[in-house]
Amino acid sequence: MAKKGWKRPPMTWKRFKNQFLNVVGNPFNVIVAITLIILFIFIIIPLLTMIQNTFVVTRGALREVRKLYPDAQVGGYTLYAWRYLFGAESFISSGGMGLKGTPIYVNLLQPLFNSLTVGFFVTIISVPLGALMAWLMIRTDIPAKGLLSSLILIPYMIPSWCKALSWLTVFRTPEYGGFYGLLTGMGVPVPDWLAYGPIAIIVVMTMHYYAFSYIMVSGALRSINSELEEMGEIQGANKVQILKSITLPLVLPSILSATIMTISKSIGTYGVAARLREPAGYHVLATKMKYFLGQSSTEAVGYILSIVMILLAAGTIVINQRLIGTRKSYATIGGKGTRSNLISLGGAKWPMLTLLVIFLIVAMFLPMFFLVAESFQIVPGGGYGSKNLSFYAWIGELENAPNPAFDREGLFKNPLFFHSLWNTVKLSLIASVITAVFGQFFGYITTRGRGKWYGNAVEQLIFIPYLMSGVAFSAIYYAMFSQPHLGGLIPTLTGTFMLILLVSIVKHFPFASRSGSSNMMQISVELEEAATINGAGFWRRIANVIIPLARHGFLSGFLLSFISIAKELDLIAILITSEENYTLSFLSFTYAETMPQAGDAICIIIIAFILITNKIADKFGGNVSKSM
Amino acid sequence: MSKIVLSHIDKFYGENHVLRDINLTIEDGDFMTLLGPSGCGKTTTLRVVSGLEKPQHGTMTIDDKPMIDADSAFYEAPSKRGLNLVFQSYALWPHMTVFQNVAFGLKIKKMKKAEIEETVMHALKTMRIEEYRDRYPNELSGGQQQRVAIARAIASSPKLLLLDEPLSNLDARLRIDMRAELKRLHKETGTTIIYVTHDQVEALTMSTKIALFKEGEISQIDTPLGLYTNPIDLQAADFIGNPRINFIDAKGVYNGDTLSVTSEFGTYVFAHETLKLDEEIPEGEEFECVLGLRPEMVDIYTADPHHKNTVPAKIYANQPAGSETLVTLTVGSVEFLAIQVGLVEYDMNQDVFAVLHPGRMNVYNKKTGRLIKFAKTKHKAGVDD
Repeated sequence: MAKKGWKRPPMTWKRFKNQFLNVVGNPFNVIVAITLIILFIFIIIPLLTMIQNTFVVTRGALREVRKLYPDAQVGGYTLYAWRYLFGAESFISSGGMGLKGTPIYVNLLQPLFNSLTVGFFVTIISVPLGALMAWLMIRTDIPAKGLLSSLILIPYMIPSWCKALSWLTVFRTPEYGGFYGLLTGMGVPVPDWLAYGPIAIIVVMTMHYYAFSYIMVSGALRSINSELEEMGEIQGANKVQILKSITLPLVLPSILSATIMTISKSIGTYGVAARLREPAGYHVLATKMKYFLGQSSTEAVGYILSIVMILLAAGTIVINQRLIGTRKSYATIGGKGTRSNLISLGGAKWPMLTLLVIFLIVAMFLPMFFLVAESFQIVPGGGYGSKNLSFYAWIGELENAPNPAFDREGLFKNPLFFHSLWNTVKLSLIASVITAVFGQFFGYITTRGRGKWYGNAVEQLIFIPYLMSGVAFSAIYYAMFSQPHLGGLIPTLTGTFMLILLVSIVKHFPFASRSGSSNMMQISVELEEAATINGAGFWRRIANVIIPLARHGFLSGFLLSFISIAKELDLIAILITSEENYTLSFLSFTYAETMPQAGDAICIIIIAFILITNKIADKFGGNVSKSM
Repeated sequence: MSKIVLSHIDKFYGENHVLRDINLTIEDGDFMTLLGPSGCGKTTTLRVVSGLEKPQHGTMTIDDKPMIDADSAFYEAPSKRGLNLVFQSYALWPHMTVFQNVAFGLKIKKMKKAEIEETVMHALKTMRIEEYRDRYPNELSGGQQQRVAIARAIASSPKLLLLDEPLSNLDARLRIDMRAELKRLHKETGTTIIYVTHDQVEALTMSTKIALFKEGEISQIDTPLGLYTNPIDLQAADFIGNPRINFIDAKGVYNGDTLSVTSEFGTYVFAHETLKLDEEIPEGEEFECVLGLRPEMVDIYTADPHHKNTVPAKIYANQPAGSETLVTLTVGSVEFLAIQVGLVEYDMNQDVFAVLHPGRMNVYNKKTGRLIKFAKTKHKAGVDD
């Protein structure tokens, strides 16, 4: 920092000693240093390792690599994966299929195109939908508002992969997997293009990601002083003009943010696409990456796809900041006039209400209903009659299975279920406690260090996991810990609970830190300074001022990460390699292929758990809109 | 005993030079007010004294003990400076009762329980809030919270009490009550006080000394009376006093001995000893200057009072406000404001006689904006000019 008219005093021994003591003697600085080191180890190094691993020859890939690089050794560096992906000479198929036959098309361009298509359609449907719902709920006199507002985010709380399973209960065709769905069971022919592939994926994701624009736009609308709109009315503008020239421009930054976020999230989602991508030819980036990672000879190719996904996400965030940048600031206009006069919908009242009710039926009621209903069926798609009714999926024992296709006990008789339940509880509990504690510290550092280099550094480092989709992020960890480090000090963690835990913690850092900083922002610096003046040191301030005041925020932050980790699937899907590490979400996901009723039942358990925990978090001022 | 000496303090926020070479000595027992508009560096100076901010350059001593020596990166911890601070927001810990708030610092000092009880109650009694000891801050009114904040600050018997705009969140009535309270507190405890405010009335009524801040620099340090009668430059003059001082454009000629100033009011000749000779006064040529005339220094008569400094004037507007009346007058093309005590009625455009007292006027060099002629600080009504 060059300061005009002032020269740094000469460095004397005394000055150096005092400066050193000032820095080291302050525990805050020590904590900042430790934080930076932790973030470096768990975010930067894995990222670099993954990039490095796209060049490294692994044992599993050696045979394939040697076809191109006859001298390649395990641990050596080659361009094999890059040439594989981008279509090196020997991989180009001889058939004259043009671009479509080239490896780069099959491996990268086709999945990329599919991802972008899905992202595009999900966004253009869900953003206007969410924004409209936000406007209806916040600014208009739509009837039954209290009930609607308590229900409107529930579809978002149902994990997206549960919605995918629910989709299958209705549209499944026996050609893939052997089970009937509701429609095919009744003899209605369901075409493949409807049951599986882009349309199914887009519909399911729309029912999930509408929440982003709903949450963001309703936040912006709430902060707009109704006097701004009333002023427009006084100037003689009618409702449409006010909406168009006052309200809409004011919420535009939030709509843009929501758009970018929806694109980025829908491109990165794995679970939905993986369940609904049959017939097998259909791949998005996330599923293709998982496919490469699943084969020992092409792991490195998977890493490259993961880098592509990270670049895509980072690109959208950069665009977001470019587009909105400073304009974002006026999303918080408001302050005084909290009283807001509602806009009368008049004749449009009932049609709008109908629209919302239909949405809730389709996105909330039906998915849950179909999941519950199928979980009690003997044969999926066999109708809802009493002949097809059974508790087997919940409590049945193998010897009296009503359906010979059942190859496992019902959930509550199945040790694997309890084991997965235990894993889920263990994982969620440990990971959310650790993330919540770290989140408070991160929040403390970023709020108290706002504008200082270390505050910015921590903020930006923490932001990195946010840029990456769950699958891409776990791919990094998969790469990092697939071999021992520091001469065996850090062992290979592939397939261990430890690795899943680690990923869950670090991936939730951004969210936990955001919750922590919004918590810390409420605690005025002056409260701490008053304690400093009275002689309280750093730890004393933390114990006597910060912790008592941060308690509620901490608890709600903890519960929200608890929910988020408990329902997580994308993040851990590629890390679970044996039943030893199954979580409920993963178990449900695998059941969907062999015994859908049990998969549905697990979904119901998870949904119930989420709704209850969210209710508790609500009591402490947390709410699901903070857990995006 | 506590004498605070700040010398050559410079503070930067990044590129921003917020304190520029601050030199300030606060004598034991002073009630020193740091006065200035917002963003002028007064609060930053207070925070430097408290130890919450570390300046990049300069030194500070309290009773000759070094507290800051920026060149060798030495900054004494705030708690070891023997001071306490009342924040603008009060900064009461919302999760502690009044008693716990006040006792916090004493507990840290490992004072015995009985002694804490006694000290806290004494502080609460001093601020007359002992009945609220078990309440939480959010159960108190703004004025009561303010008293708790002060009680917390005085409980540790600091040698130096720092107050950062403590009255700005109170309504007008409470503010007057608390001013009296603080003044009594200063007298009773004899504590040295540094008080930050942007309210000149607070500064003028309470302080023994005022340091006037302007854009990160101290432009003037004086007693309240000295600051009021002889503001060092046009900006200071404009800032101090309500209603504002009148500025009248004039031409001056300095012959090396006396300064004669010609304006619509006529020509005044000022004696050598009233001039501020360390300022730039062009000699032997006519230069632009500005007369500073306080509204209360104007006497208005309806009949000619036969005073040597009488000018005929016209009433432009008349604003009776109960205890005083604001009168806008014109003399030729000059318009200025006068205050008369009590209710006085004038008609619009009425012809009157204004008695002006050149001895009580300030003269500023328009080019430099600096004071070049002092006004008398003491005068008897009707006797002198």
